[in-house]
Amino acid sequence: MSNPVFERIQADITENPVVLYMKGTAMFPQCGFSARVVQILMHMGVKFKGVNVLEDPGIRDGIKQFTNWPTIPQLYVKGEFVGGCDIVTEMFQSGELETLLTEKGVEVKPAVS
Amino acid sequence: MTGQRAARIRQALEAALAPATVAVVDDSARHAGHAGNPDGAGETHYTVHAVSPRFAGQGRVARQRLVHDALAAEFATGLHALTLKLETPEESGASAGARG
Repeated sequence: MSNPVFERIQADITENPVVLYMKGTAMFPQCGFSARVVQILMHMGVKFKGVNVLEDPGIRDGIKQFTNWPTIPQLYVKGEFVGGCDIVTEMFQSGELETLLTEKGVEVKPAVS
Repeated sequence: MTGQRAARIRQALEAALAPATVAVVDDSARHAGHAGNPDGAGETHYTVHAVSPRFAGQGRVARQRLVHDALAAEFATGLHALTLKLETPEESGASAGARG
């Protein structure tokens, strides 16, 4: 497999504990589904690398093929695909997301309520 | 207006999942002007709530993949976003205020 886009994706998800493939940036999401996942990660105090697929058509198509998943956003934790907006939202609400992140050694610092 | 894509989504899911219930809601108009539906006329954004025994023993990602696979032809022709709630009959019965 020598697909340069796949190699870049593989490098990103290997080198960064939490990677979110999204439309827009964490500061300025360009899509409501991406915005919701950003909001959840920020609420949990999780540091993540955001990859703006709108800036790179190669990644935009490539990540869909790489994950075999037709939509954006896509969340990766420690190199593993977790899900898109619905799955991340459900896992956040049930507490599973915090459990997963903690088990994977990712620091979670929820805002004090 | 019930679009043709909503009907095709329902048919494809009924064929692939033998669901106890399947509800397809066209959210496209709410996303007019967004990516994938710039003029608001597209059949692009949907919410699906499906209850099927096929989801038993499957994780969230696997369940959504079953739906994505069934709808590959729709994604290839402009389906842009799909909000999914996928449950087994047991989970659906257990969840308060289950919708049909």
